Amino acid sequence: MGALSGIKVLDLTQYIAGPYCTKVLSDYGADVIKIEKPPSGDPARRLAPFKDNQPGLENSGLFLYLNTGKKSVTLNLKTVEGRKIFFRLLKEADIVVESYAPDTMESLGLNYDSLKAMNPNVLMTSISNFGNTGPYKNYKLTDIVMYAMGLTMYGTGMADREPQKLALTLIQHQAGMIAAATTMGTYLGREMHGLSQHLEIALMLTQLGSIDRTATQAISYSYSGDFPHTRVAAENAISIMPMGIYPCADGYVTFVAANPLWWPRFVRMIEMPELSEDPRFQDEDFGFIYNLDYKDEMDALVLGWTTQLTKQEVMEKAQSAGMAGTSINSMEDVFKDPQFNYRGFFVDIDHPVAGMLRYPGTPAVLSETPAEIRRAPLLGEHNQEIYCDVLGYNIEDLPMLREQAVI
Amino acid sequence: MTEKLPLSGIRVIDLSIVWAGPYATILLGDLGAEVIRIESLQHPDINTRGNPTPPAGLLGTPRAFMYPDANPYPRPWERGGSFAYSGRNKKSVTIDLERPSGKEIFLRLVEKSDVIIENGAAGTMEKLGLTYDVVKQSNPGIIMCSMPGYGTNGPYKYFKGYGANVEGVGGHTYLRGYTDMDFSGTSPVFHADPAAGATAAFSILAAITHKRNTGKGQYINLSQAENVIVAIPQAFMDYSMNGTVRERLGNRQQGSVQGCYQCTGDDNWVVLTISTDDQWKDFCLLIGMPELVSYPRFSSGIARWNNHDEIDGIISDWTKDFDHYDVFHKLQALGIPAGPVIKPQEVFEDPHIKARGFYEAHEHPMIGGPYMYPGPVFDLSETPMRIRKMHPILGADNEYVYKEIMGYGDAEYDAFVADEHIGDAYIGIDLPED
Repeated sequence: MGALSGIKVLDLTQYIAGPYCTKVLSDYGADVIKIEKPPSGDPARRLAPFKDNQPGLENSGLFLYLNTGKKSVTLNLKTVEGRKIFFRLLKEADIVVESYAPDTMESLGLNYDSLKAMNPNVLMTSISNFGNTGPYKNYKLTDIVMYAMGLTMYGTGMADREPQKLALTLIQHQAGMIAAATTMGTYLGREMHGLSQHLEIALMLTQLGSIDRTATQAISYSYSGDFPHTRVAAENAISIMPMGIYPCADGYVTFVAANPLWWPRFVRMIEMPELSEDPRFQDEDFGFIYNLDYKDEMDALVLGWTTQLTKQEVMEKAQSAGMAGTSINSMEDVFKDPQFNYRGFFVDIDHPVAGMLRYPGTPAVLSETPAEIRRAPLLGEHNQEIYCDVLGYNIEDLPMLREQAVI
Repeated sequence: MTEKLPLSGIRVIDLSIVWAGPYATILLGDLGAEVIRIESLQHPDINTRGNPTPPAGLLGTPRAFMYPDANPYPRPWERGGSFAYSGRNKKSVTIDLERPSGKEIFLRLVEKSDVIIENGAAGTMEKLGLTYDVVKQSNPGIIMCSMPGYGTNGPYKYFKGYGANVEGVGGHTYLRGYTDMDFSGTSPVFHADPAAGATAAFSILAAITHKRNTGKGQYINLSQAENVIVAIPQAFMDYSMNGTVRERLGNRQQGSVQGCYQCTGDDNWVVLTISTDDQWKDFCLLIGMPELVSYPRFSSGIARWNNHDEIDGIISDWTKDFDHYDVFHKLQALGIPAGPVIKPQEVFEDPHIKARGFYEAHEHPMIGGPYMYPGPVFDLSETPMRIRKMHPILGADNEYVYKEIMGYGDAEYDAFVADEHIGDAYIGIDLPED
């Protein structure tokens, strides 16, 4: 039994952030019915990568990952009959999650008030690019736009070059998890206090409120008219301790040396006890670490040490000295990494079209109710189960509904 | 009676530090949970509240801008911008957990609480003798969430990991940065922190849901490095399906024209994504180069991807004469995703951010103000989300937590004061005179 067993979710999301939200609910046990628009369903089915690099609606690795454990029905909400079916499903639902453009639900006659008229206890989560109000509400968004307008990109990269985004669609995944967390908070508010309400997530704001430098950038500007996180390669301009990325014998390693009190650990790590005797490095509060006159000399020492060692060796030596030094892993390294394998993080899942594949699992292990990851559905795979077994349509009705482009 | 919020009645003991754990309790606190930070007079929380006595050397660096008027004093631990954000909607109680008497107090609070969250290195709670096995004896229904860098089991259990570390181990660093440089040109980011915080908040709420149904508490063992992996599935699925090891793309996105381009003014940039033939056509017409629409080298998504460098030249040649906000609006008017790289100097003036009321003006007794603070990242129709209370002064809620929650009497309270569990200033910290 999953932690969320018995919670019924109607999933009107597509692409990434919304489906990631409902994937998480599904992995922890909620019953998620994914409502896909006929004939081709969630546009994420058309996004790379594809098994054997062959595009196909059942072959997208991204879709397969984002929709684990959900049931798929096809339903056209633009038809009267389609909406009638939706309202019947709604009667049993706890939560509707949607990620249409603002005003779409309204134009379909499916705004929150209409949903509540049918099911007074239902909750709704809306996920949109910029929110359902404000001058940019109809604007388009990609991950790079979200990062740029979320203030964080300005401080990411090098000072004399263009700011850099993060990889792939990382930011949208974060937004999806925020949506999942706040959806569950809203759900508990209903269970504990009878609060039925509409949750609104604006993707841009999830990044603008990020604790990754973004919040302090804005607050600092408000405090002092300036800000600390300018674009520098490694933020190493603040301290002579190793900070950022350094080459080693077989790749690269990262250091974060956040704490001046770690100076003795640093000395231990690079195995140079003579540094503790050095008269330049004697203040008790380690204030000398901010004296950047020594920066080049220290970086040369660090490089002389790292380049003799593999990334795994640097990580082990750094960590045994208590320093936050770690390897930079490729996808291949990650799949082979002893830690992830020890924890059984990756899971093998079979799928009727894409076959047996290794998927990233869930990072949070709940001791009583671990997540259970089941394969993603084929497009419309559960039409018969939901429409006939649950709603009582005759199996003979389905071809007609299909012909009328309802399902 | 105060208005109920979704998580009113849920009490969270917050032992979290730096950014990842505090982001989880920001979300829980915004939703109305009673979040009580456990602090210590003996051990300043340098990672969360900042250095209690910033060395003179720091004052000359940009780090000082994180303090009002770039001045940390007096009481630097109440004035830092980072805690001013992560401490909102939270309470503060002081207990010295390193002494047996402190553990006793802590376990009494555990009896009265629903959740414990901590994100210290994996050995931290073991050293304190406050593992899940111990705390559940005081409260079998307690939910405890540990979220160190790599999880609380396995060969890396005791490894240290800040955001920039775990994103390297989890494969993200390998996928980002300038494609014409080696990795030493890739700046550290701490995205893993808020991402793990969100996952922790979700997991805790899932566990509370389970407890409501079954009465059972549980232990959550979260790996921040795995939480990086789950957000870049395209790369892992590609390796899994095709054996492809993905490499960096910089600001690009496979199959599209995408990048970050310089505009007029000082360090102004715009980003854009052109994915379809229609968008390409609209773009060419916009920049007054209709001949490019049918130019064979640019006529399809694949052709544009193969000639991306040349297209980058054309785009920057156009953007360099315009303001970044102008380019943004011109492109969005055509349905092309684009955005200015917003700078701290601009963020309070952006019309959309203003219209959304995202930043809130608040005062604080140790900071003054009003200054601007980012508000909750989500909103609810019946219980609008906002900053209800700024970050707590050290020990601000001692009286309430010791007396009202734990039920200690006045004499016991005074004894805890004398015993230096309770107080409102760090012990042994000499502050310079004002």
